[in-house]
Amino acid sequence: MFTEKKINFPTYQDSNSIEYPSNEKEVSNSIKNFYKSNIPIELLGSGSKKTIGRSIQCAKTLSLSKLDGIIEYLPEELYIKVKAGTSIRKIEEELKKNNQQLIFEPIDFGTLLNNKSDFGTAGGQVACNISGPRRFKVGSVRDHVLGFKGVNGKGEIIKSGGVVVKNVTGYDLSKLMCGSYGTLVALTEVTFKVLPIFEENKTLIIHNHKIETALDLLDKAVSSSNDVSGAVFFPKESKVHGCLMNIEKTFKLNDLKQDGSITAIRLEGSKNSVDQRIKNLIKDLNVVNLDISLLESHQSKIFWNKIKSLEFFSSSKNNIIRIVIPPSECVKLAYLLSNRFKYYIDWGGSLIWLEAFELTEEMFESIRKKVVKHGGYLTMIKNSNYLPYVEDVFTINKERFVISQNIKKSFDPKRILNPDKMYTGI
Amino acid sequence: MPKIDRKLIAKKNKVVASLKKIIIAENVLDHEDQLRPFETDGLSAYKQKPLAVVFPENTEQVSRILAYCNDEKIKVVPRGAGTGLSGGSLPLEDGILLCLGKFNKIIDIDYRNRCVVAQPGVTNLSITKAVEEKDFYYAPDPSSQIACSIGGNVAENSGGVHSLKYGTTTNNLLGVEVVFMDGTISRLGGKTYDSEGYDLLGLITGSEGLLCVITEVTVKILKKAQAVKAALIGFPTIEDGGKCVSDIIASGIIPAGMEMMDKALIHATDNFVKAGYPRDADAMLIVELDGTEKEVEELIEKVSKICKKNNSSSIKISKSEKERLKFWAGRKAAFPACGDMSPDYYCMDGTIPRGKLVDVLKEIGRLSKKYNLPVANAFHAGDGNLHPLIMYDANQKDSLEKTEKFGADILKYCVKVGGVLTGEHGVGVEKRELMCEMFNNNDIQQQIKIKKYLDVSSLLNPGKVYPILRKCAEEGRVHVHREKNKFPNIPRF
Repeated sequence: MFTEKKINFPTYQDSNSIEYPSNEKEVSNSIKNFYKSNIPIELLGSGSKKTIGRSIQCAKTLSLSKLDGIIEYLPEELYIKVKAGTSIRKIEEELKKNNQQLIFEPIDFGTLLNNKSDFGTAGGQVACNISGPRRFKVGSVRDHVLGFKGVNGKGEIIKSGGVVVKNVTGYDLSKLMCGSYGTLVALTEVTFKVLPIFEENKTLIIHNHKIETALDLLDKAVSSSNDVSGAVFFPKESKVHGCLMNIEKTFKLNDLKQDGSITAIRLEGSKNSVDQRIKNLIKDLNVVNLDISLLESHQSKIFWNKIKSLEFFSSSKNNIIRIVIPPSECVKLAYLLSNRFKYYIDWGGSLIWLEAFELTEEMFESIRKKVVKHGGYLTMIKNSNYLPYVEDVFTINKERFVISQNIKKSFDPKRILNPDKMYTGI
Repeated sequence: MPKIDRKLIAKKNKVVASLKKIIIAENVLDHEDQLRPFETDGLSAYKQKPLAVVFPENTEQVSRILAYCNDEKIKVVPRGAGTGLSGGSLPLEDGILLCLGKFNKIIDIDYRNRCVVAQPGVTNLSITKAVEEKDFYYAPDPSSQIACSIGGNVAENSGGVHSLKYGTTTNNLLGVEVVFMDGTISRLGGKTYDSEGYDLLGLITGSEGLLCVITEVTVKILKKAQAVKAALIGFPTIEDGGKCVSDIIASGIIPAGMEMMDKALIHATDNFVKAGYPRDADAMLIVELDGTEKEVEELIEKVSKICKKNNSSSIKISKSEKERLKFWAGRKAAFPACGDMSPDYYCMDGTIPRGKLVDVLKEIGRLSKKYNLPVANAFHAGDGNLHPLIMYDANQKDSLEKTEKFGADILKYCVKVGGVLTGEHGVGVEKRELMCEMFNNNDIQQQIKIKKYLDVSSLLNPGKVYPILRKCAEEGRVHVHREKNKFPNIPRF
C-alpha cells in the first residue's frame, strides 16, 4: 500500500520537463512532437485546481500560462474572447469596467486547495465546469462557453462554436470541453457569454434549525416567481470530530445574527425589483413571524463571495467531497450525513459540500453508492493526509465509460493528454 | 447523398420481414403509397421515399431495430414530428425511416425537482400545457412549437424567441435516454444539474440524429414571471431599428424576447392575423419584458426612451395578456404569412453579431436585386438569429437552384461578418456543403471522428451535416475554403 501511495502522489519535476508555449502554433508543435514520440503530458494553466482529479505522473508538463490576454471584448455583443491562460480575475476586472460579469460565478478553489484565493484561468474554469451558487438559475460554465480553439492529441488545431448564443452549426464541442479536465484538447482560446452586473443584491436569512424546514423553504423560494439566484443552508453545527466548527467565524457580518444554522436566499436585479421581490418572498414563505434577518447589498455580496470561495472549509486538512443530487433526495441524504460529517447545502437542495475527517475508502464508496442510488454523483475535490489516494475520484457507469473512451480516442488517440486524470484508461 | 446500396434495395422484402419480427407488422410501412407521406420533412424542396418506415413503441424495440440494422449494414434516419427546416430527417432510398411518433406520452411531472420527463414524440407546447396549471412553463419556444416534438428539439438544439434570456434547448435539458447505433441503451444526465465526466448530453444536443436516437427527455421547467408585457415599436428605417437593438442591450437590459421584422413581413403577418402592427413602418420591433410589475414598468420606460432616441415612429404596449399574445401571433405566423405572398418560400437561418444587422440586411437587399427574387426578413434580434425568407415559384425552371444560391450567399456573408451558418434550424442536407465556410479540414475531421467512434459503419443519418465530396468526406477529403485547396476542380454534389 505504501509503495502504491507513493507512486500515485505528485512528485517534484525539474524545470526542464515543463514547456511554456507562448502561442497556439507552439502548443500545436509541442503536442505534435509528443504525439510522435508517445510522450504523455500533463496540461496546466495556473495550477490552481491541479490537485482536483486523479493524480497523474507524466514525463512532461505543458504549461499554458503564457497564453495570456484578452483577444476581443465587445460589451454590446455580450461576449469576451480570451486566450485560455488568462486569469479569471483579469477577465472580471475588464468586464467590470463595462458593468458586466461572468454570470456563472467562477468558483474560487484557491483558499481550499492552496490557502490563497485564486480563481485560476479561463481554461481551468472550462476544464472543471464547476460553477458557483447561481448555477441552478443561470446554468454552469458549460452554458456560457460560446466557442473555443485548442489543440487535440495529435497536435491539430481545432475550433468549434463562435461568438453568438444561438448556434447549431456542427456538434457542440464547446460543451464537451467543459468538465473534460484537459483530457481531450489543450485549450488555447475561449469565448464566454457575458451579462450585465445586477444593480442590487439582497439576502434574506432565516434562522431555523430544522433541516426539513430549511429545505422546504429553499424549495418554495426557488419554485416561486421571485427569481431567486442563491439558496443555501448551513446546518447548526453539532460537534463533528476532526472538523473545525466555524459558521460564526466564517459569516461574521453586522446584520447576521449568530444563531447557529443559516438558511439564506439571494435576490438580484434592479433595486425596485429586488425590494418588491423580498416583500413577496417573505409573504410567500410565510416567514414573517420567524426569526429573520436581511443582508443589504454590501454584506450580501460578502456573504456569497465566501460561499463562492468555499471559506467554510478554509484551512481544512480533511477530505472535501462535492455531491450533486436531485433536490427531492436532499433530505434523505442529509439524514445520513448529519452528525458524522461537516456539510452545507447549496443550489436549493441540489448540491452538498462535505468535509470528512479520517475518511476511509470504504466509507467513501458507501457514500458514493448512496448518492448514485438517489440519482446523483459525487467528486472527491480534495484528498487529505488520511486518504491520499482514491482510485475513482469521479463517478461513472459502465456504458458511459465506453462512450467516454470512444470520445477520448477521437480527440487523443494515443492518450497523451492528461492520461488517467479522470478515469483509469481515459 | 451517400452511395446507394442497390443490393440492399433488392433485398427489401427480406428486410421488411425481419423488421416485422422485431415489432408488430402494422408498425412497419413498406408500400409505396404508405411511404409517400414520409418522403419529406419541413424542407419540402427535397423529396425521397425511404425503403420502409418503422414505428417502434418502446426503447427496447428501438434498440433491437438499431442492432439489427447495424448488423445488416442498413442505414437509419430518425424522425420526430418531421417539422425540421434543414432536411435533417430527409429519408434515404436505401434506409429505414425510424419514426418516434408513438413515443407520445409525458412520463413524469416532477414539480419538486422542477422538471418534466417526456417521451421524445411529445410536442414542445404540450410540455408547457401540462405544467401551466401551476404556473410553470418550458422555456424554449420555437415557432413550430404546436407541432414539433421535444425529441426533435433536442436533436436540433431548437431555440425560439426567448433564447437570449432563457437559453436554447441545451440550456434547459437535464437528461436523456438514448440508443446508439449498436443498440446500446444509455442514460445521460438525469434530474441533477450537469453531470460528471464528459458532457455527453451537451454533445448529443444538436447532433441532428447522427450520433444516437433519443427515446426519453428530461427538461427543466420554470415558474412564470410575475408580470410580462410586450411593446410593438415601429421605425422609419431598418438602420434605426438595428441601432435600437444594440442600444437596448448596451444599456444593460436583457429583454425576455426581442424580435424584428421588415416592412414586407409586417404587412404579410398583419394581413394574416390582424395583430395591429404599424404598417407605415419600415421595421418593427417586438420587445418583451418580464419580472415584477414595477420592474416591467421601469424597463418599458427605459426601452421607450431608447426607442425614441432612435427615431421610433410608434410605440404600443400590450395592455392585457390577450393583446400580448396577439402581438406574438403575427411573429409566430411569419412563415405561413409568407406562404400567402408567394407560391414557395425558402427560409434561411444564419446568426450574426447583433451589431452587423444593418450590414447584413443591406447585403440581402443587394442580393435580392441580383437574383431578382423578393425577400422578407424576420430576425430574432435579441440573439442575432436572422431568418430571411426568399420567395420563389418552384414551378419556374431553375428557380429552386437560383434560390439556393441566393440563400448560400446570405449565409456566406453571415459567416464573413463573424456569424454562423445556422442558429436553430440545423445543417441537415441543406447547409452541409457550406460547412467549409465556417470550418477548416481539421475542425470537420474532428467532428467526423467522433461520429466514427460512436457509429462505426456510419449508418445513422448519413449524408447529413458534413459535406460530401467525391469519395466522401469520411475518407478525409473535404473542400477547404480560404486555406490552400488541393482539389479546386473536383465537382461537388
